[in-house]
Amino acid sequence: MEKKWFTISVYSENSVGLLNRISGIFLKRHINIESLNVSKSEIDHVSKFTIVVYTTEDWVRNIVGQVEKQIEVIKAFYHTDEETIYQESALFKVASTLLFDERNIQNIIKDSNSQIVTVSREFFVLAKTGRRNEIDEMYQQLKPYGIMQFVRSGRIAVTKSEMKISSLLKEFNQ
Amino acid sequence: METLKKEKTASTKQVTKKISGAEAIIHCLLAEGVDLIYGYPGGAIMPLYDELYKFQDKLTHILTRHEQGATHAAQGYARVTGKVGVAVATSGPGATNLITGIADAQIDSTPMVCITGQVARHLLGSDAFQETDIIGISTPVTKWNCQVTKASEIPEVLAKAFYIARSGRPGPVLVDITKNAQIDEFDFSYEHCTGVRSYKPYPKPNIKAIEEAANLINAAKKPFIVFGQGVILGQAEEQLKALVEKAGIPAAWTILGLSAMDTEHPLNVGMVGMHGNYGPNLLTNECDVLIAIGMRFDDRVTGNLDTYAKQAKIIHFDIDPAEINKNVKADVAVLGDSKVTLDLLLPMIKNNTHESWHNEFKKKHVIEFEQIIKNDVYPTKDKLTMAEVIEEINIASGHKAIIVSDVGQHQMIACRYAKFKQTKSNVTSGGLGTMGFALPAAIGAKMGAMDREVVAIIGDGGYQMTIQELGTIFQNKTPVKIVVLNNDHLGMVRQWQELFFESRYASTVMVNPDFVKIAEGYHIESKRISERKDLKATIKEMLASKDAYFLEVKVEKEDNVFPMIPSGASVSDIRLK
Ligand SMILES: Cc1ncc(C[n+]2csc(CCOP(=O)(O)OP(=O)(O)O)c2C)c(N)n1
Repeated sequence: MEKKWFTISVYSENSVGLLNRISGIFLKRHINIESLNVSKSEIDHVSKFTIVVYTTEDWVRNIVGQVEKQIEVIKAFYHTDEETIYQESALFKVASTLLFDERNIQNIIKDSNSQIVTVSREFFVLAKTGRRNEIDEMYQQLKPYGIMQFVRSGRIAVTKSEMKISSLLKEFNQ
Repeated sequence: METLKKEKTASTKQVTKKISGAEAIIHCLLAEGVDLIYGYPGGAIMPLYDELYKFQDKLTHILTRHEQGATHAAQGYARVTGKVGVAVATSGPGATNLITGIADAQIDSTPMVCITGQVARHLLGSDAFQETDIIGISTPVTKWNCQVTKASEIPEVLAKAFYIARSGRPGPVLVDITKNAQIDEFDFSYEHCTGVRSYKPYPKPNIKAIEEAANLINAAKKPFIVFGQGVILGQAEEQLKALVEKAGIPAAWTILGLSAMDTEHPLNVGMVGMHGNYGPNLLTNECDVLIAIGMRFDDRVTGNLDTYAKQAKIIHFDIDPAEINKNVKADVAVLGDSKVTLDLLLPMIKNNTHESWHNEFKKKHVIEFEQIIKNDVYPTKDKLTMAEVIEEINIASGHKAIIVSDVGQHQMIACRYAKFKQTKSNVTSGGLGTMGFALPAAIGAKMGAMDREVVAIIGDGGYQMTIQELGTIFQNKTPVKIVVLNNDHLGMVRQWQELFFESRYASTVMVNPDFVKIAEGYHIESKRISERKDLKATIKEMLASKDAYFLEVKVEKEDNVFPMIPSGASVSDIRLK
């Protein structure tokens, strides 16, 4: 079976040990977590894990089953890239001199649709939100000039289809 | 927002004065109907032991000789009663000693609550004396776990722990309670937990799936049932029998499904899996509809998945959604409690007999009987076989004993040949294969079923892994019958070495102590036999004894267990020799 990128969305109670439990499920199967993001969700007091993996559909189904089995997980889903709207964010710290000395830097900023977050005497910081390949491209363009620091966030994603968490929770309260 | 459902019941405790966390633990246990727990004291759990002392008329604590023994005893108790077993230990080494039993309970779906002491809250994370991260360590092998650092959290967490351990697919839960939480006082009240928002233990049965299953079963020419422990845990023994009889379907069991159906029932065709029976294994690859009920297609059952029942439509009944399509793709998946789903299925099932199909099993049985069973059970050679010992126990107990087996050749022989009339009678470590399980598990089984005969069948290797529990048997006068089938080898490993490693017996020869003397040291009546002429009378004497009894049977040293599906081979490649 062919490997693909999958985004796993996990809705859960806000529980301390859960990240450990969930990461153990991946570890046991030697499946690398390519990116992980934990945040609040659209529902009060419900957390959302967004996990990206590169694997086969059989494995991702198996994993989602095991994740959903954890007591504090309300519901887990997996989606392909086509089924989600997703982005990552990156920060680039670059020497301020470049901004004045290298004309091309200004073109890169404009073409990449990135924002200048801050400028100081020594450095300035660029923020870029987009697909991973766009961020990679910008990285490649800036690299020859010297990047002082770089960081990229995990993927965040929303799905085109509905994930019916609210109705699930309502069912419990009846 | 509330994430737990709670219910006040008759046993709901309301204590008006402030009580300590430790006393609260006792009231929680009593409210959950617990009257027997197993454990071992130590520094971080001493406040609880002090309360156990005060409440000893209401709650019996059995001191095992090792914390692992406490978990296996709790498991044995849970397996024969269907209730939650409870084990208690101190922090650090006490807690880590529980892990093997917890892992065993997890893989064999046994309801158990473990309570561990922990260093005081202000010492957490400081590498304090006997501090260990038992939550981190136990996470992969528990259904749920939780650390409590405040006394007032105890009732809610324990209520949730018992609910989770026993509901849905049961499993072990660990609650780690810091010492300050045991000492501090608070206003106690207790409500049972009846629901957890994020946890759906009983999936709603899907009528359409059940109809599809019924249609497949009704149209089948060669239907075959394989049942597992899900039938026992779901208390669906009657429903299983009704299905088997109504549709005339041959039924085989996994090692944990054993005793869910009378072993003498004409449609009970035996065991599947690595050392299972010839017919059920071979015919798995000839049936047209395979009906799996409460089993999880373990690799010891299926052999090579690429050649497992490929010709058959698969119907999978299970309570755990994560088991569906995990190992074997189901054509029809019926989620739910086995009793509920089988009750819905039964009226849709047409009467049938499938006689010629059933005859296939009988024919295969004749082959297995001639080539294996006959020599195992009615040997003509000098040395005793394990199987004839089991057969004598069958005869002397009238198929009514609870058999607790350890892990190895004797376990396979016990499960192949033991006869059962009653459910919850076969207690063995299936999924984890934990040597040392049987002796402590037999203690728990006996305490859970005092009116029944409990016979432990153990190898000379596994016996020495938890032999210290003879002390528990002696101290509590627990009338278990212990049979060590001594082949002076780690027999099962030796068998693999003989078959797959050209008889290089690396570290499988055992030089054993005088087991009879050891039992005598614990004042347990004991005997050793090595000749056939003594077998019948000694087994009778053992079962007639009102007290604990130790019997060592010297058996043939290099016997092998057959049939056998070599690991990774197809069920069709089952070997008779
Ligand atoms: C704790 C543990 N360690 C190792 C094993 C591997 N193992 C499986 S069977 C077996 C041999 C058991 O020997 P014995 O208890 O004498 O029983 P026999 O096979 O001879 O009947 C071993 C070592 C195991 N299952 N459990």
